[in-house]
Amino acid sequence: MAQIPESQQKVKFYQTGTFTVGNRLLDAEHRNVQATMDRCNSLDSGHRACQGCGEALGARFAIDAAMRASNNQLIAANATGCLEVFTTPYPQTAWSMPWIHSLFGNASAVASGIAAALKAKGREDVRVIAQGGDGGTTDIGFGCLSGTFDRNDDVLYICYNNQAYMNTGVQRSSATPGAARTATTMPVGKNPGNVFGTGKNVPLVAMAHQIPYVATASVHDLHDLEYKVTRAMEVRGARYIEIFVPCPLGWGSKPGDTVKLARLAVESGMYPLFEAEDGEITGVTKIRRHVAVSEYLKLQRRFAHVFKPDNAHQLEQLEAIAERNIRRFDLVSAEGEEE
Amino acid sequence: MLKQVEGSHAVAEAVALCRPEVISAYPITPQTHIVEDLGTMVKAGAIENCEFMLVESEFGALSACIGSSAAGARSYTATSSQGMLFMMEAVYNASGMGLPIVMTVGNRAIGAPINIWNDWGDSMSARDGGWLQLFVESNQQAVDVHIQAFRLAEKLSLPVMVCMDGFILTHSYSQVDIPEQAQVDEFLPPFEPRQVLDPASPLSMGAMVGPEAFTEVRFLSHQKQLDALDLIPQQAAEFEAIFGRDSGGLIKEFDSAGAETVVITLGSVVGTMKEVLAGMRDEGHSIGALTIRSFRPFPSAALLEALKDAKRVIVFEKCLAVGMGGIVSMNVRMALKDQPIKVQSVIGGLGGRPITRAGLRRMFEKGLNDQLEEPHFHDIDMSIVERELEREKSQLRSGSIAENVLHDVGVVAAAKTI
Repeated sequence: MAQIPESQQKVKFYQTGTFTVGNRLLDAEHRNVQATMDRCNSLDSGHRACQGCGEALGARFAIDAAMRASNNQLIAANATGCLEVFTTPYPQTAWSMPWIHSLFGNASAVASGIAAALKAKGREDVRVIAQGGDGGTTDIGFGCLSGTFDRNDDVLYICYNNQAYMNTGVQRSSATPGAARTATTMPVGKNPGNVFGTGKNVPLVAMAHQIPYVATASVHDLHDLEYKVTRAMEVRGARYIEIFVPCPLGWGSKPGDTVKLARLAVESGMYPLFEAEDGEITGVTKIRRHVAVSEYLKLQRRFAHVFKPDNAHQLEQLEAIAERNIRRFDLVSAEGEEE
Repeated sequence: MLKQVEGSHAVAEAVALCRPEVISAYPITPQTHIVEDLGTMVKAGAIENCEFMLVESEFGALSACIGSSAAGARSYTATSSQGMLFMMEAVYNASGMGLPIVMTVGNRAIGAPINIWNDWGDSMSARDGGWLQLFVESNQQAVDVHIQAFRLAEKLSLPVMVCMDGFILTHSYSQVDIPEQAQVDEFLPPFEPRQVLDPASPLSMGAMVGPEAFTEVRFLSHQKQLDALDLIPQQAAEFEAIFGRDSGGLIKEFDSAGAETVVITLGSVVGTMKEVLAGMRDEGHSIGALTIRSFRPFPSAALLEALKDAKRVIVFEKCLAVGMGGIVSMNVRMALKDQPIKVQSVIGGLGGRPITRAGLRRMFEKGLNDQLEEPHFHDIDMSIVERELEREKSQLRSGSIAENVLHDVGVVAAAKTI
């Protein structure tokens, strides 16, 4: 929570069951963008996302924060996917900002082209974001994304990671975790669900491009999400933010558990939150109350099979991943857990 | 100004005169020299207010142009062959979205087997992709048509491909009149986009369109191409008034008016044909040539008018619809469907096979006697084909066709075709 001074983190008024500080308890400058009357509602109401959609929540906060940071001078390029489909069934649109959808795999290249056009026209006051789901980012859009990073084009790419191709009916992507059930990794056979030892960590791949800013964020900590988007917008060049967005439909979870699941993923070590500048990690969100991986998994039908005695090894493998994340990113403070 | 320059350089100069704002570049033979020269010009400051993007693929190249064009910038890229296939999804997308991008295609064969030499397989693979496709027969045409292409594209809000024969034009040196900037500025006004991504006036581009409107959207893209059938000759006339050259247009007749037999083709090969046909006319044959300069939209009415006295048409094309036959001839037959004109289809020059005067002469003579089989494969060596067919009959694991044929042809003979 880099945007909140340490003194304020000690405030003990939390929302039930969380460590979230309510907006009303913060002074005005620390309140989130959504709490202000002048939020721009770039992704407006009336769209057709599912109940409990993590992506809709993440996009709304991320883009409004980017709008505020750019003084509303923002253009978005969107990959094909849920976010594109649920916001623009012709002739309606939920976007109150200039927005373009071209193809599944080219959002970052389209954004790079927009940025080039703005530069040629001397309109560098107008900023550009690209956005897509994990499939459009880590798989089919990966070549173009790497190109945008390589050229250090002035684009903020936001990936909404719900760990599978949800728009086409929940198929495995390279962001799908081991053991997870998808339509192409069904829980059958000796190693049910997605195989372990596959996939890619695109935030780390982005860092390997030495781009100015990379961060991961989650929809359970919207202050942190807004801070990271705002920080990214202070920087010029290629930037990447991956937002962890639970998907009730794809994960087999209750719509009301979306924020809770995002929190459990982070607090169990399954989804580390960090920031990196020029390829170096500059900030890590510490786990404040470490929870068991099983607490996170048991709310999702896509992991139901890992609780069967025959599949105990899968649960262990997932726990090992969380432990490795905790070690690698130093997610738990040495002094021990905070109260 | 008259210059003795490489075709690619001439095109680069023409594009530079059009004041592009975004150029994306990815190397593929034989279009590379064009973007190399443009890159040098941008870096040297010879093209003002222009971004030169080095992208990671042809898919990225055209996608970047989609973004820059949507943001209101005059956008250009170039490709060939496999590059065209690699960007194909974006090719359809750019036209579907009505973005006036101009792209040079240095026409080259498509593999496998991999082949870097000229034919029209690449452009033809995108013939239904919604772009205007303008073919040029010389490097002067290439210069002139690029200048017209930007104006056409922006007037119609549709992308335009300028198709020029790879190597034959892109890499050949010839005398080209490079226009003056003032002339180009007079002909080509600044780009005023029909739709633009602008925070001052937000709009959503690329929305999902369902069955309720898709047909109408498609009809409009067809209608726009049909409108271009009027616009292309109109702009060619305006171009001629300023630049003093007959360039562009829908078709170009070379002594075909009134001829009994008309040879129809595209691109640069008409240069060789003109010489052969002149000789045949001297011998008393009633034969002329006609090139289709605008393949998309297809100039059916102009062809009908130009062929009103013809009894016989020979279509010569460097492309093949496998399992069907000639592509250009299919289009020509469609245009002439109600006419008592015999159309013979000739496929030649595939993968850079040289087209010689002697070969053309033999083929035309067969054509004059209506003896060309359907379709006729120009200068094909059937003994090589038969050897491979025999091999496949006699052995189950007969190996790769390409390697076998190359082996049969022999290294020396293969080198000769280069």
